[in-house]
Amino acid sequence: MSDKNLVTGPESFPEPRFDDGALTQVASTKASRRQFIKGVIASGAVASSAAVFLTACEPGEQGAAPAAAGGVERLLTLNVNGQMRRVDVMPNETLAMTLRYKLNLTGTKLGCDRGECGACTVLLDDVAHYSCSTLTHAARNKAITTVEGLESESGELHPVQQAMIDELGPQCGFCTPGQIMSAVALLTANPNPTRDEARLAMSGNLCRCGAYDNYLNSVMRAAEMA
Amino acid sequence: MSKDMMPGFELYQPDSVDGAVDLLGRYGGEAWALAGGNDSLDWFKDRVKRPQYVVDLSGLDELRGIREMDDGGIEIGAMTSLTEIESSALIQERYSVLADATRRVASPQIRNASTIGGNVCQDTRCWYYRYGVDCYRAGGNECYADTPEGQNREHCLWGADRCIAVSPSDMAPALVALDARMVVRDADGDREIAAEEFFIGPDIDIERMTVLEPGDVLTAIRIPADWAGARFYFEKVADRNTWDFPLVNIAAAMFVEDDTVQSIRIVAGAVQCIPRRLTAVEQAVTGQPKNEATAAVAGQTAVRGATPFNFNHFKIPLLQNLVTRAIRDA
Repeated sequence: MSDKNLVTGPESFPEPRFDDGALTQVASTKASRRQFIKGVIASGAVASSAAVFLTACEPGEQGAAPAAAGGVERLLTLNVNGQMRRVDVMPNETLAMTLRYKLNLTGTKLGCDRGECGACTVLLDDVAHYSCSTLTHAARNKAITTVEGLESESGELHPVQQAMIDELGPQCGFCTPGQIMSAVALLTANPNPTRDEARLAMSGNLCRCGAYDNYLNSVMRAAEMA
Repeated sequence: MSKDMMPGFELYQPDSVDGAVDLLGRYGGEAWALAGGNDSLDWFKDRVKRPQYVVDLSGLDELRGIREMDDGGIEIGAMTSLTEIESSALIQERYSVLADATRRVASPQIRNASTIGGNVCQDTRCWYYRYGVDCYRAGGNECYADTPEGQNREHCLWGADRCIAVSPSDMAPALVALDARMVVRDADGDREIAAEEFFIGPDIDIERMTVLEPGDVLTAIRIPADWAGARFYFEKVADRNTWDFPLVNIAAAMFVEDDTVQSIRIVAGAVQCIPRRLTAVEQAVTGQPKNEATAAVAGQTAVRGATPFNFNHFKIPLLQNLVTRAIRDA
């Protein structure tokens, strides 16, 4: 692998790793010609066969499961919607993945998966977070609330949910669970927001249909209802 | 956009800062310090950064919180969330420029998760670099933005050195304006670095944007009492009000007596790889009456020597106007 880098430069993507600590002085996750050369200058010798050997031995090779040594436990107990749920979570798993594909809580939507749309908004300790940009392991000591956890035990909708229906908040509905969670977080922190405060609090949720005013009307009505 | 898993890594959740320093030092460049995760997870999902070991700092309460220091300044733990900073009465009262800057970062959910340490350590937004091409910053021998067709609307006016990417942070200009100190811990202990020296350009190291090296952890940011209660100005111009990174932002702190500018620090973001302290403006306005004429001179002074690329000429009048407004309206 290192030979290819040395001769042709990093053309392929993703690149192969070059991990010989004795040769590379500048640390980076990506191999590069510059690093290789720097390493060669620093160590004064090239031993490419040794580099290949070491690279092949390292744990966590691309696509493979990481080695078990150290790190977090995979079996977690998550507090989701007031229930303690046991779940097997990989270290590289986002909360949105765990909720949707391990716990079947598909009310939480995945829009962009990059923290740029808000469809995956959930509450962590009553504060709105993008679950696509949160590692599940980082949420293990928090109370997670999804849209499924909002209705009361008797099956009554949360005031925000009811207001969304009354005010015809959603159009297509895909972003609605995220919008609802943002509104719930707002009303928990500030039960009587002004329309501008509500607008600001909802600004982290995109609506492709452009039903922003309907959503705002819903939030204001929910504030009156609650 | 892929919605499958990130590539695998080993995740560590140390229970002390020293434990984190130890892990990050042991694994060096193969390790990644994870703060709020908003920038980091994007890198992993796009397979552009592929650390084998991720050290999650989110459980470290010792890195969280806003404290008053004995000298009248404040210390902000590096893992303090942006929401906590923007709503802190202490910061609003003494360093409102920082609260104003924080309020303009990204979106509410991102501010809830993001940390001040993560914000100042985030990598540049140059889309060529983020796409994963083998540009200079990524270890290659080319800049894709600095070509006749290169889409460089967001790129720099100063400090181009092979790479022409800019600092994306809204907090960094405010912190440099406040003469903040960055507290960095490694295996040898703590050291304090002036915010102005914390950020580095491609001329110093093209592959990173701060002085942090593998094994370093930014633990806190100290803001000295010097500029507490000064007159402040912060403004950010971006294409969108939410989420977006600055096209240009400006942060200023000044003391004014008898309508005369006694002292000032003024810093622009997104015009250079580092937050650009406008020392020529500071010199031009110090001792001058704070009025329209001085503000106009300040604006002209600010853009002297700017070297635009094909698509970012607009940043010159933008910066000029922002500086003029900062001096006039602070």
